[in-house]
Amino acid sequence: MARTAIEFRNVSKQYANTSQYAVTGVNMRISEGSFITILGTSGSGKTTLLKMVNRIYEATSGEILYFGESIKNLKIEEYRRKIGYVIQQVGLFPHMTVEENIGTIPQILRWDTDKIAKRVEALLELVCLPPRDFKKRYPRQLSGGQQQRVGLARAMAADPDLMLMDEPFGAIDAITRQNLQEELIGIQRKLNKTILFVTHDVSEAFKLGDKVMIMHEGKIQQFDTPYGIISKPANEYVARLIATQDIVQRLKVLKAQSVMLPVDAQVSDRAFRVGTEESLHNILTYFLEHDQNHVLVEDCGRGVVGKITWEQLKVSTRQGKILSA
Amino acid sequence: MINESIAYLLLNIDKYYEAVMVHIEISLAALAVSFMIAVPLGIWCSKNGSVSYSVINAFTILRIIPSLAVLVIAMPILGTGFVPALFALTLLAIPPILINTYSGFRNIDPFVLECAAGMGMNAGKILLAIEIPLAMPLILTGLRTSATEVIASATLASYIGAGGLGDFIFTGIGMNDVRILLIGGMSVALLSVLTEVSLTAVQHMVTKYQRD
Repeated sequence: MARTAIEFRNVSKQYANTSQYAVTGVNMRISEGSFITILGTSGSGKTTLLKMVNRIYEATSGEILYFGESIKNLKIEEYRRKIGYVIQQVGLFPHMTVEENIGTIPQILRWDTDKIAKRVEALLELVCLPPRDFKKRYPRQLSGGQQQRVGLARAMAADPDLMLMDEPFGAIDAITRQNLQEELIGIQRKLNKTILFVTHDVSEAFKLGDKVMIMHEGKIQQFDTPYGIISKPANEYVARLIATQDIVQRLKVLKAQSVMLPVDAQVSDRAFRVGTEESLHNILTYFLEHDQNHVLVEDCGRGVVGKITWEQLKVSTRQGKILSA
Repeated sequence: MINESIAYLLLNIDKYYEAVMVHIEISLAALAVSFMIAVPLGIWCSKNGSVSYSVINAFTILRIIPSLAVLVIAMPILGTGFVPALFALTLLAIPPILINTYSGFRNIDPFVLECAAGMGMNAGKILLAIEIPLAMPLILTGLRTSATEVIASATLASYIGAGGLGDFIFTGIGMNDVRILLIGGMSVALLSVLTEVSLTAVQHMVTKYQRD
């Protein structure tokens, strides 16, 4: 059982000079190592919720716990250094080179120069920017996508346990965004960080999140896995939100393991095999392209763990469709 | 004419040297004092929106009063010589530095500051490592404006016995002697140009990141 990284206890936020609450009575636990996306339209309270975690905004009432400790009792600067922070506007320091930007926090933590240099190189490699070409550049010499890669590297510089990301890919063109999303998934798998990721883009939320938290009018509407939300929307609002995605889009976020049927005994079948994380969209494509009516689902450690038939695919797709219509 | 001026200059070289030194001294002192007042005040204004307008307006109004008038008003209180001259010139030099410091800080991208805070930098570190370097180009622009004005106005200090290149100009006018007038006038102009050039070079250095 993973530890709880962040816990919200009845957290509310009301901004000065407004009568309405931006966030109302949020209760939630986020376990260590999970990738949580927070989905909502503007004004839903999603950014407020995120920025209360690192105390950019202070909660009006309630309590937020970081690994069991109330964040109000932690020394704010030291606490923030354990959290990677990435925002849509990137916020790189324009007068510092890429290298200096990434090295900011390690320098404050008094790492020695050698260690900082090595760390900067490793991080630039991780975000796919060759260090030799990039470390001496200034932010304005980078494209939007490159800037956000540096932003991501800077946020990870001191190896934080938790990453807070506020629409980090919101201002980036579609193709670069796709790449960045995939790289982020890869990074998360590799480093097992706890990530809270705010977005207004439904497919981004479903693609990235192990679990998706849907916010509306300051309240959590539903907090579940992408499959859980698509198959059982908690209320009218969630149903309408996911209905904005067409059916093929929704298949992209559903993974093989979420709809597979159990297989009996030994499988000697020579049918096509897919991984547990394979999207139903790709499986549908396979069915359409080949004259086949089932595939086997394989877990790399345990061999075949389930199967998906043409019928099962239709049923689970329609289920989502009916429930969300 | 020029030759006659140079001849006069050579004859009075000791007096000239002293005048130049006094002029530089008085200007530098006024700039240093006003820099030390205006920069912290500008920073404070940029972080306290409600008072910023009154503070900036107060200094701008003070600046409208001609320096000569300030000198005359200050004389009964501060006497003659260096101190009232320094006072008048400081008052003249504060507004450009103040306003530019204020705008320099206000122009910093708020998201840069949000990131700095969110990363765990404390207020002091943010000020020294982020805000001051980013505001520096504008602060220097203010300093340049002040410097030019102070060097020109420092000639007036001679009126109340503080010395400087004004001595040559007013002697020249008084004796209707263009030779002497030229020495004073040309020297002040040269001093202004040299200051402008060197401050521009400094500014060029601190804005390197905006260009290449």
